[in-house]
Amino acid sequence: MMTLSIRNATKQFGDFTAVDDISLDVAEGQMHGFLGANGAGKTTTFRMALGLLTPTQGEVLWQGRRISYADSPDIGYLPEERGLYPKMKVQDQLVYLARLRRMDKKQAEQGAKDWLERFEVPHYANKKVEELSKGNQQKIQLIASLLHNPKLLILDEPFSGLDPVNVEMLKKAILDFQRQGATIVFSSHRMDHVEELCDDMSILDKGKLVVHGSIREVKRTFGKQNVRIHSDADITALSELPGVEKFTPQRSGGVFRIADEAVGQNLLARALELGPVRQFALEEPSLEEIFIEKVGRAHV
Amino acid sequence: MYSFWIIFKQAFKTKAMTKSFMITTLVVVASFFLLANLPSIIESFDGDDGSQQTLQVVDETGQYTEALQAQLDQQDSAIQLEASALSEEQLRADVEAGEMDAFLVIEGDDGITARYVAESATESAQAAELENALQSLQTARVAEQLELEETELAQLFAPVEMEREALAESSKSQEELSQARGLVYILIMVIYIAVIYYPNMIAMEVANEKSSRVMEILISSVSPVKHMFAKIAGIGSLGILQMMIFALAGYLAIQSSGSDLTEGVFSVMGFSEVKFSTFFYAILFFLLGYFLYAVLAALLGSLVSRTEDVQQLMLPMMILIIIASFIAFSGISMPEAGYVTIASYIPFFAPLVMFLRVGLLDIPLWEPLLSIAIMLMTIGILGWFGARVYRGGVLMYGSSQSLKDIRRAIKLGNEK
Repeated sequence: MMTLSIRNATKQFGDFTAVDDISLDVAEGQMHGFLGANGAGKTTTFRMALGLLTPTQGEVLWQGRRISYADSPDIGYLPEERGLYPKMKVQDQLVYLARLRRMDKKQAEQGAKDWLERFEVPHYANKKVEELSKGNQQKIQLIASLLHNPKLLILDEPFSGLDPVNVEMLKKAILDFQRQGATIVFSSHRMDHVEELCDDMSILDKGKLVVHGSIREVKRTFGKQNVRIHSDADITALSELPGVEKFTPQRSGGVFRIADEAVGQNLLARALELGPVRQFALEEPSLEEIFIEKVGRAHV
Repeated sequence: MYSFWIIFKQAFKTKAMTKSFMITTLVVVASFFLLANLPSIIESFDGDDGSQQTLQVVDETGQYTEALQAQLDQQDSAIQLEASALSEEQLRADVEAGEMDAFLVIEGDDGITARYVAESATESAQAAELENALQSLQTARVAEQLELEETELAQLFAPVEMEREALAESSKSQEELSQARGLVYILIMVIYIAVIYYPNMIAMEVANEKSSRVMEILISSVSPVKHMFAKIAGIGSLGILQMMIFALAGYLAIQSSGSDLTEGVFSVMGFSEVKFSTFFYAILFFLLGYFLYAVLAALLGSLVSRTEDVQQLMLPMMILIIIASFIAFSGISMPEAGYVTIASYIPFFAPLVMFLRVGLLDIPLWEPLLSIAIMLMTIGILGWFGARVYRGGVLMYGSSQSLKDIRRAIKLGNEK
């Protein structure tokens, strides 16, 4: 069943088109990753999904209806611009924000305690938010977005500004949360996060949806592969072979971008003619490469 | 409704628990008790200087001191005269050296001439009392010389009986008016401070939530309109509570003050004959004024991204309130003036000015009712308008410091 459905959504601010005719579906219980440079329209798309902004054209539906404040208990949101009451105590803050999403007070109190323990920061419960480090504030922010057990969780850049240990901790929490049945949409600057966590993904560029689908499908339809050859001989000349689109030299050998698998076998044969091959691998393209190819520039 | 109460309670609680709120409340309550007990406090200080009220007199003829003392006693004056053994020059030196506050020199045979010598002119109350007494003394002496009869004397000094009678039906008698004036003055002051203080609190709250960026979470959970009105209601209730504390403290302070103030200084201000309706209208106009300005403040607060910019954007609103207070305070002495009547129907001035009119004049009931209806309508329109600005404003970040941003906010709100 399609839970979140964006249909031909366009959002204009005056003359500026922030989101241009986007259509995509996120199935229930899936994790969907949004990639895009700054200003690509990710946050605007999220705000439309949340009902904070109304599309200029098209619509965003959740379980067949437009999201309204009646759905508030079912939705969780982590905004890109982090925001908490700086002077309020962590525990009070979490309970207050969960209760705004109509969670029961007792449940919210217990839930906040459990989550703080899970993130190894139970001792911060009675500290003011402004006394916490940025990374720890972010943990609190994430707890605030999912404490009330939403069915749809929208996370705008959940991992930015965190150290690797905390990234792993948050990743695991988000994956666990998905396993409990939540539908999760998130945006990230990091391709590897999307590759690791998501079932489906989309790439936004200047408000347009340039890539959309399951990660496997996206990679397959990209139709290109990488051939990695490590050899003692100089294989640079092989980049002149037909079917090779790009060659990236490495310390002992290099990586060839090819459009056809057969070219790979040809490359191997030619490389063997030049000398012994230490390593030969046919690799899927990385999301990074797909991104650069589709958007025409590196992801920031 | 559930989330309305959550925000309501939160707004009430967090503001009530702030140090600034508690300190303000305590300071005001303390100052009430201090003010109410001021007469007795002053008295207790004066008690120590009771003997110091003795005034040295250089009486060249030697015949006035006793008569003047008798006259002073008759006037209930605390001044005790003492014929000085020293010369004027010596006394002057004493005053200059600060050993003595003042002394009196009386001269003359036919007419009394007196000089009151003090280091500074601040002892004028004593001087005025002395002048009064000397005047009476002089009059009595001349009357004696002219050999006037007692009755003739009485006729000479009979006061003119003049009573002011107002023909306009709405105006109260002069006596009633002066009684009401003090009370109305104080209540206008209270309303004036309240419609500045609490709406400012709201603007700061909204701006704070925006600058800390918690706003986006709030309005994704609860509708901005509900958020805005819950906040206004929460802080409004806090205002009512604070006012009630002040009223109770004021009442207790007067009761506990020992000295019977209701018949003393305060009777002049109209406290002896407290009219229930005046207080009723004061509460009503406080609430109306509060809601009117609170909606406006929330609207303005939603436009700024940084709390530092709040005051700048609030300026036009403050000017409105200040103009209202000018009209109200100037109207105290002439509540029937045309501009006061007109201003009492202009919604932004009405909370102060219409209250002034109902407090000081006997105007027909439809007049305040009309004014209240106009205010309610304005609050409704402003609420509707404010909600639209607010909805867009809270999502708007950047250097918004001018009222032009209202248009941008409405546009964003409409697109919503």
